[in-house]
Amino acid sequence: MIEIKLSSSPLDLQACMSFVASPAAGGIDIFVGTVRNRTKGKEVHRLEFEAYETMAISEMQKIADEAIDKFQVLKVAVHHRTGLLNIGEVPVIIAVSAIHRAAAFDACRFIIDTLKQTVPIWKKEIFADGEVWVNAHP
Amino acid sequence: MVTRLLIFGIAKDIVGSSATEIALPENATITDLKNILEERYPRLKQLSTFMIALNNQYATGDELIKSNDEVAIIPPVSGG
Repeated sequence: MIEIKLSSSPLDLQACMSFVASPAAGGIDIFVGTVRNRTKGKEVHRLEFEAYETMAISEMQKIADEAIDKFQVLKVAVHHRTGLLNIGEVPVIIAVSAIHRAAAFDACRFIIDTLKQTVPIWKKEIFADGEVWVNAHP
Repeated sequence: MVTRLLIFGIAKDIVGSSATEIALPENATITDLKNILEERYPRLKQLSTFMIALNNQYATGDELIKSNDEVAIIPPVSGG
């Protein structure tokens, strides 16, 4: 069972945990991404996330499907934010339940690592003196 | 054939809009479209990569573009 969400309002950690909870689960692994205040020694004021919404949802679904195929996991929730986020706010939550913890850890890491490579979402770092789209240039 | 393009991230800044229309020859492929875009917007060539999505899927290059397809420019992603 999979829940994918793209939202312009704050993400709900408890909702992710409740979705993946299962009587069969021996554990839940949760990754929470947070907005960091520095990048390459430079102070970041906030981040702006933009998504190609329909495709971002279908790509997150594909990753969650793959995680369920690949690892012994029960349920997966992937929630991602769009819009302007301040330092400390949460752009992404991945929650995975599994019968045994190793599979939950492995699947959670696989999902966040793959999401960063394939899901059409873009982040712009906003500094005091300008802004930069992350990863855009070599 | 005129195809409507959706544009995101830094590509939106380069093109100057989040959507545009582009005239393509009949039987144009994704690679043809990329070549036309690079010629019209040379700054796209400076990006680490840029992909084209055809109907919400990453395209490989040989696909033919049809008139009602949803086509999008996907610059390097940075979610998470």
